Amino acid sequence: MAMKVLVPVKRVVDFNVKVRVKTDGSGVETTGLKMSMNPFDEIAVEEAIRLKEKGLATEIVAVSLGVAACSETLRTALAMGADRGILVETEVELQPLAVAKLLKAVAEREAPRLVILGKQAIDDDMNATGQMLAALLGWPQGTFASRLLIDGDGAVVTREVDGGLETVSLALPAVVTTDLRLNEPRYASLPNIMKARRKPIETLTPAALGVDPTPRLTLVSVAEPPHRQAGRKVGSVAELVEKLRTEAKVI
Amino acid sequence: MAVLVLLEHAEGVIKQPSRSAVAAAGRLGEVHGLVAGAAAGPAAAAASKLPGVAKVLTAEDASLAHPLAEPLAALLVSLARGYTHLLAAATAAGKNVMPRAAALIDVQPISDISGIVDAATFIRPIYAGNALATVRSADATKVITVRAASFDPVPAEGGSAPIEPVAVPAPDQRSRFVSAELSKSERPELTAARVVISGGRGMQNGENFKLLEPIADRLGAAIGASRAAVDAGFVSNDHQVGQTGKVVAPDLYVAVGISGAIQHLAGMKDSKVIVAINKDGEAPIFQVADYGLVADLFTALPELARELEKSP
Repeated sequence: MAMKVLVPVKRVVDFNVKVRVKTDGSGVETTGLKMSMNPFDEIAVEEAIRLKEKGLATEIVAVSLGVAACSETLRTALAMGADRGILVETEVELQPLAVAKLLKAVAEREAPRLVILGKQAIDDDMNATGQMLAALLGWPQGTFASRLLIDGDGAVVTREVDGGLETVSLALPAVVTTDLRLNEPRYASLPNIMKARRKPIETLTPAALGVDPTPRLTLVSVAEPPHRQAGRKVGSVAELVEKLRTEAKVI
Repeated sequence: MAVLVLLEHAEGVIKQPSRSAVAAAGRLGEVHGLVAGAAAGPAAAAASKLPGVAKVLTAEDASLAHPLAEPLAALLVSLARGYTHLLAAATAAGKNVMPRAAALIDVQPISDISGIVDAATFIRPIYAGNALATVRSADATKVITVRAASFDPVPAEGGSAPIEPVAVPAPDQRSRFVSAELSKSERPELTAARVVISGGRGMQNGENFKLLEPIADRLGAAIGASRAAVDAGFVSNDHQVGQTGKVVAPDLYVAVGISGAIQHLAGMKDSKVIVAINKDGEAPIFQVADYGLVADLFTALPELARELEKSP
């Protein structure tokens, strides 16, 4: 059966960049920082490509939501191996509920059998969009996946849970969110980067999809976390144990 | 109106992160605990003893034998009308179910809160803990997961709440539990342990993690790992301490052969006392450590085990 896979990808501050809180506490300074695809979403793109390479997926549609520059993130997905892109363009700050509603509208147009996305974005660390999308579509969910098997009309997902692994069986269509150990994403080759430039990207808007993306959470302020003072060096294991016993009193 | 807390349980015991969620809920209103399972009796009895819990709701059905998101979210939604807030601990299970429930009642969830300002305003870490955001919710019902390390758990005993069964929505057959492979260990769970000893890339291989065991045995510690050690295949991912793993705040955290990447620090920097053992004296871990020992871990660990054997 022809299986289309939808892969939502988010444009975030690159994970190697340490962000700074704005001095007025109004947010995090992102101007001029290197932006990349959310690392968990890279894993999602990779997994979709592997399904296509195994002959299980027939088409991979990458979708990104936000400012016009999100088209760069789509190009990255296309260079890795996605077939086409959809940009839902808006200047409005998108929170997971709005993202899930927009993705639901896209899913209803595209009718994928599987949506694969990162378990969380490394900027807002919400870990919510996949679960919310599954809820709105009325589909089952396999979150924090470390293994994904497609078997006819179902997906078998091994999940990273507290204390070990859990395996669930889901009827398709379904939503799967990726954890670190699912795969190691490939780098796009130069020829594929060139080829990606010719792959189509369709641009939509929240209004065209009939979604009100107004945020529900207001950002009151952003602060630096409390800093820990560096302690001191001890000269030996014996001194360490003595300090832990008599000074810190933790053993 | 009250606050509903989804309580995780195993073998008739309410898990510690859920007791932290009860502590957070107590600052928002009257607390009702929800215990779901195929046979929830022993867990409900345990929940009724939690101080600060005014009522325990039990949902018993075969579909709730395993904590699948689909039936649990449907259950929460069926109960949501009577509550100002729905809470769960920000565990793998809590993170799986709460956003699903939130979407079904058209609410933007507030994930992984580390502080409460008022009934609508919460503090939560963003950017791997490099910033703390204060956010205010405009939703009628607040759906929240609680960072357990940020709230001292309520004790396991002391209360005597009444227990009331609730109806369970008809199950959705499209998701099914297949199996679980839980790491068998006599040690405490990472997020509940009073002492945690973690190894990093400096451990060099999985076999060397055995060097941590006598020390963990002696201290009653859980064993953790950095993401680098997990990525290198030394230990499984459920050992991972960090922003993409578990967040811990024990009385004592011992970091062995861990350089101190930002994402690791995000998972342990709220520990009361931090010890770092690393042969690189310039490693960033020493900037957060209360006690630093610059040493080769392969000599320091056996020595530490021997030293701990000596009575004080």
